[in-house]
Amino acid sequence: MRSARRSVVFEVVTRLVFHAVIIYSIYIMLVGHYEPGGGFAGGLIAGLALMVRYLVGGRKELDAAAPVDAGLVLGLGLAVAALAGLLPTLLGGGVLQSAIIDIPLGPLGELHLVTSVFFDIGVYLVVIGLALDVLRSLGGGIDQHVADEDEAVGV
Amino acid sequence: MITLLTAHLVAAAGAPALVRLLDRRAFLVLALVPAACFAWLLPQVVAGDLVTQDVEWVPGLGLDISLRLGEVSGPFSLLVTGVGALVLFYCGWYFKPGDTEIWRFSAVFTAFAGAMLGLVLSDNVYLLYVFWELTTVLSYLLVGHNPERRANRRAAMNALLVTTLGGLAMLAGLVILHLTSGSPLLSEIVANPPEATTAVQVAVALALVGAVSKSALVPFHFWLPGAMAAPTPVSAYLHAAAMVKAGIFLVAVLAPAYADLAWWRPVLVTLGLVTMVVGGLRALRQYDVKLLLAYGTVSQLGFLTLIASIGTRSAAVAGLAMVVAHALFKSTLFLVVGIIDRSAGTRDLRDLSGLWRLLPWPFAAAVVAGASMAGIPPAFGFVAKEAVLASIEDLGTDTGAGWGVVALGGIVVGTILTVAYTARFVWGAFATKADVPPCDIMRRSPWFVVPPVILAAASIVAGFAGPWFTEILGRAGEAYPAGAHELELTLWHGVNLPLLLSLTTIVLGIALFVARRPVAAVQHALTDRLPMPDAEQSYYAVVRGVERVSIELTGRVQRGSLPFYLGTIIVVLALVPGSMLVRAFALREGELRLDFADRPAQVVVVALVVVAAIAAVRSRRRLRAVLLVGVTGYGTAMLFVLHGAPDLALTQVLVETFLLVTFVLVLRRLPPFFSERPFTADRWVRVTAGVVVGGVVAGLALLTAASRTAEPIGPRFAEPAVSYGGGYNIVNITLVDIRAWDTLGELSVLVVAATGVASLIHLLTDRAERITRVPADSG
Repeated sequence: MRSARRSVVFEVVTRLVFHAVIIYSIYIMLVGHYEPGGGFAGGLIAGLALMVRYLVGGRKELDAAAPVDAGLVLGLGLAVAALAGLLPTLLGGGVLQSAIIDIPLGPLGELHLVTSVFFDIGVYLVVIGLALDVLRSLGGGIDQHVADEDEAVGV
Repeated sequence: MITLLTAHLVAAAGAPALVRLLDRRAFLVLALVPAACFAWLLPQVVAGDLVTQDVEWVPGLGLDISLRLGEVSGPFSLLVTGVGALVLFYCGWYFKPGDTEIWRFSAVFTAFAGAMLGLVLSDNVYLLYVFWELTTVLSYLLVGHNPERRANRRAAMNALLVTTLGGLAMLAGLVILHLTSGSPLLSEIVANPPEATTAVQVAVALALVGAVSKSALVPFHFWLPGAMAAPTPVSAYLHAAAMVKAGIFLVAVLAPAYADLAWWRPVLVTLGLVTMVVGGLRALRQYDVKLLLAYGTVSQLGFLTLIASIGTRSAAVAGLAMVVAHALFKSTLFLVVGIIDRSAGTRDLRDLSGLWRLLPWPFAAAVVAGASMAGIPPAFGFVAKEAVLASIEDLGTDTGAGWGVVALGGIVVGTILTVAYTARFVWGAFATKADVPPCDIMRRSPWFVVPPVILAAASIVAGFAGPWFTEILGRAGEAYPAGAHELELTLWHGVNLPLLLSLTTIVLGIALFVARRPVAAVQHALTDRLPMPDAEQSYYAVVRGVERVSIELTGRVQRGSLPFYLGTIIVVLALVPGSMLVRAFALREGELRLDFADRPAQVVVVALVVVAAIAAVRSRRRLRAVLLVGVTGYGTAMLFVLHGAPDLALTQVLVETFLLVTFVLVLRRLPPFFSERPFTADRWVRVTAGVVVGGVVAGLALLTAASRTAEPIGPRFAEPAVSYGGGYNIVNITLVDIRAWDTLGELSVLVVAATGVASLIHLLTDRAERITRVPADSG
């Protein structure tokens, strides 16, 4: 991105906040069992965080924020969701059946684990993958076009 | 029995690793699987035990894994496993050491053997269909073993298309049979056949289309010789012993219930006879010994279908005997051809000479198997053919059909041709020809010769074991009423009509072979002068026609104009549900309850949304329109909040934001203003369409909410959400637990959509590069 169009304050603030937002998105995903949220909303928040990184610094910044292929994230998400659905059948349950496990954590209290959270993690990953895909193709891809055309015209 | 199928599956999955470890010797290990199955099946088939096994699979569809080792499937399963084991063993020497393709071949071949065994063992019609199509797909892979050759690809595709067409017809037939008889089990359908209404007759006819296409009968016969492009073990197994017998198996299974349909025997006997004669005539004209065998197989399959379709007690037994005989001799002959091919480097009988001296064991095996094929005693082929002739002789007394003599005459003609092409094969492959220089051969391992020698020996041993076979195969005849004579499989019945006919066919067949030059001249003269219907050409014409139509149709329907697509969707939406809406309002169905608003804030939000919507339509700048559409979205989120749905509101806000930015990203590539050109008329059409769709959707929302008859399910989600889902956010628990299947489907759609977006932009990138011609190194 040309330096004239950069805003240092925006960039610094974004980088400062980015990780907090990602953690918040994970929180939103996990809290979905009790309060508004869930994998879809969490994934969208993470996607928006990535989007802000892209808006700040373009393609390179996005790659720095998420150095993975969008297809990998999509596939991983779908695989996690599908496995979370299939695994119960191996343990004698039905497809996508969930179990509730309370794990005592000593002084920290008790972890109330519902296995459908793994399915939700799959949803979260797929939504992030979709966001990445859209940003890479409609954002970065179009940047590339513009750059190529400028070059071809001889700017 | 399900263990047998699983064993094949596991072996197929492990085959690639085994090949990496042992190279081509891996086939010897793989051969143990069908061999073990053979050993397990043999005592049960001999004892005549009826073994059944049921495993529930999809009970809602009547699809269970119901396996049944019965009177007909018993002998078939022994052939499938026995010949399969020997052919796999043979593969261990057929392929060259270090062949890089055999890891795939070994897996596919073993899986095929399992699918074929499943086919003959399955009693459930849908399971039968699953295995039927599995053999089709796997045979496609086997025929196309060497995909770099055009002929292989073409042959594989033809076989796939023809047999799948038949398979689909068969599926339709089986579905009808299931529904009319009320049972998905073949054994029950045949035991209590539904009344032969038109629907049932159509069903049986459709099932027979599957059988006829799989067994390469006229008019589908052309795919089989083409499939000879496959490696020889494939031809020996799929195209002689196993897959092509599937059609005959189906005919034999259905015959007890339906052979008395008025059209069954005439149609199948005619098809069988025509196939037998056409195949025999064409076999006489081949120079490639493998193709000669292929046309011979076509001819024999016609013969087998004929006898399997007769449906009398003696014919059923004779048919099974013929199936066994054919599997033994035809696989022997194919394996011998493979040895010739590998040793002499050619299969053209004009180049082969003096091999009988160089390859004595294959020669002996070929002579024995040839004797069986031509019906010369003491081979089993003779015994079986005598039985067939005897059962056809009784046809008139057993069924009252008056055309038994015609069938007998046809079979005699076909058998004469069989004797002639058998002689042509043995002479062509092994004889020392005066005008051909003797071949040089490459010595091969003696183990290579073992499988065909075993199979040939079996042809002879079986010839002397007639009484034993009579007992085992005779059980299949018990489904029919007793005939004029009880059939006995034996070498010597005394002097009777079948024996005289056999002698006649042998003499005339050899005469036909001796006079091969004038015969060939006559054949050429006839085929060149007469306009012969060519099934293969018609098939290609049909395929071309279908492709043409699909291109034309796609060109008309898929024009690539987004407004056109959207317009189609909108018009359909407005017309179809819209008409129902008008009807419902006209009939005053349901009671509409219209509340103006629950609270004042709603009025404000809705007013804002309406203004934004109208402004978006009137906007001239694209960016402004997009932002205004965003306002309507955020307004909707506000409404959700006001209705007490924070989950929906959260998601709506997030999606709206994401969409808005995406829109803006795309807008960079679009002109800032909407085009001036849409003329007023066009604009009004669009506005009208939008308003109508909006009205329809709003009306439907009102109407559907008002016309509820059942109690809403929503309140009942609250309790399971806690006890079963372990949480208090019902919306999310519905998504990930109660209705998780839906979510999984939606995830898949998301992945597909993302892939679509990515590929769209890659396509555009490619185009842009082509247009701007950016050198590769400048990027």
